[in-house]
Amino acid sequence: MAIKVNKFKCGYCGACVSVCPPGALELVETWIEADDNCTSCGMCAKICPVGAIEVSR
Amino acid sequence: MKDQYDIIVIGAGPGGSIAAKTAAEKGLSVLMIEKRQEIGDPVRCAEGVSKVWLRKHIEPDHRWICADVKGSRIFSPDGSMIEMAEEIAGGEVGYVLERKLFDRALACESAKAGADIMVKTRATGLIIEDGFVKGVKLMHLGEEKQIRSKVVIGADGIESKVGRWAGIDTSLKPRDIETCAQFLMSGTAIDQNYCYFYLGNEIAPSGYIWVFPKGQGLANVGIGILGSKSGKKHAIDYLKEFVGKKYPDAKILEIDVGGVPVSGSIERTIANGLMLVGDAARQSDPITGGGIINAMEAGKMAGEVAFEAISKNDVSTATLGLYEKKWRHKIGMDIDNSLIVKDIFVDFSDKEIDSLAHSLEDVNFSSMSLLDLLYALFKANKKLLWDLRVLFKNVVKYELDFER
Ligand SMILES: Cc1cc2nc3c(=O)[nH]c(=O)nc-3n(C[C@H](O)[C@H](O)[C@H](O)COP(=O)(O)OP(=O)(O)OC[C@H]3O[C@@H](n4cnc5c(N)ncnc54)[C@H](O)[C@@H]3O)c2cc1C
Ligand code: SF4
Ligand code: SF4
Repeated sequence: MAIKVNKFKCGYCGACVSVCPPGALELVETWIEADDNCTSCGMCAKICPVGAIEVSR
Repeated sequence: MKDQYDIIVIGAGPGGSIAAKTAAEKGLSVLMIEKRQEIGDPVRCAEGVSKVWLRKHIEPDHRWICADVKGSRIFSPDGSMIEMAEEIAGGEVGYVLERKLFDRALACESAKAGADIMVKTRATGLIIEDGFVKGVKLMHLGEEKQIRSKVVIGADGIESKVGRWAGIDTSLKPRDIETCAQFLMSGTAIDQNYCYFYLGNEIAPSGYIWVFPKGQGLANVGIGILGSKSGKKHAIDYLKEFVGKKYPDAKILEIDVGGVPVSGSIERTIANGLMLVGDAARQSDPITGGGIINAMEAGKMAGEVAFEAISKNDVSTATLGLYEKKWRHKIGMDIDNSLIVKDIFVDFSDKEIDSLAHSLEDVNFSSMSLLDLLYALFKANKKLLWDLRVLFKNVVKYELDFER
């Protein structure tokens, strides 16, 4: 998996899900899951209101 | 729980609940599913809503109204203030709600109308057969299940997947989203009769800070910045800076975060057997970020059209196209106008915002129509007149329409 969500920071708002171009993210209930379609584009990390996401390339 | 319904609504926000209520009142069998275990929580909203529009959908109830505001005070970067009375600021102020209770009250209305509701139940996909959406795949308490329906209404908010599952690209670009953070605070000592807005690229790049009264000395202090301006610093960092300077002694009782679509209307919100409403259809206002009323308006239209389509036994886009036509007519024009303003506003420098504020400082807004406001602005700023010429044409048309 190419992204890491800091679940202690995340406010489970779903904003990251809306910008992910391949639709790799899912807000399950109170946590974010990413699937293999992630291209490490970094868009989710950029817009997260609290900076909870880290992308590794 | 049955395994077949006329309509399945995905998401129990304002859009979903009004859709479910409308359809159930018409006698259709309706299931509304919500993935959260508690409807309305956590809040992703500043909770401001226009009184006039709210009343079209539900009778105001003191149990979920926290504050009744008289107007707005808008501050430009150099501190100049413009005060707007309620009637013309009207769009997004009026009441400040308690969304947790408001959303639950709306869901309750749909239950009373006869809709079934399942919480802690997440849609994981659509049943699609012969090019038609025929139901929903879902997960309830860890168990997978399929429930069939004639029509699915996707009211699944900013994080919507329903459209994507049906081949509608609803993904947002960073420029199409305001990324937001908010503190519910005690001890700000604001005058509870007003909503406050603070503009400026230093404090909120291509966005604004809001302070909305919540009664009993509380306030929602929040910020939205354009996604394309976020990155090194995130919304919450800007908010902490503002609050640290402005309300160093106030206490934080709650943290809310979220995103608002500011993309303007998207190309398509229907497929065979499917309609999208509210934030899922990106129907929030690109300039204010308000989306509660539009979601309810769209929910109502979708509920009505679903009834018509099912009665006619034709749930193809040929009939559901009526929904698309209705919402574009009723709320789509305002959304598009706001998009024009947003596209200009996001590139404004602080100096430009200040000069606009100065040209409006001596104007008494309570006695002015929107048209007067535009005249005042345009007299002071010719470039703006040129940039907004399309809007101006639309507004004039709209105002004339209005008087008829
Ligand atoms: C910080 C912030 C401030 C705002 N301030 C205002 C304001 O002052 N005034 C205003 O009018 N608007 C405001 N908005 C916008 C407003 O909150 C939204 O436009 C409004 O909630 C949209 O309603 P909805 O019914 O479309 O979606 P939502 O209210 O988001 O509801 C969608 C529901 O669907 C559920 N869901 C999602 N996916 C699934 C799934 N797969 N299965 C089951 N359920 C699912 C979610 O859990 C959620 O409960 C603000 C937004 C933010 C983020
Ligand atoms: S945008 Fe950030 S806070 Fe919101 S759900 Fe995604 S990771 Fe969590
Ligand atoms: S890095 Fe890009 S592709 Fe990967 S989850 Fe984030 S937005 Fe999606």
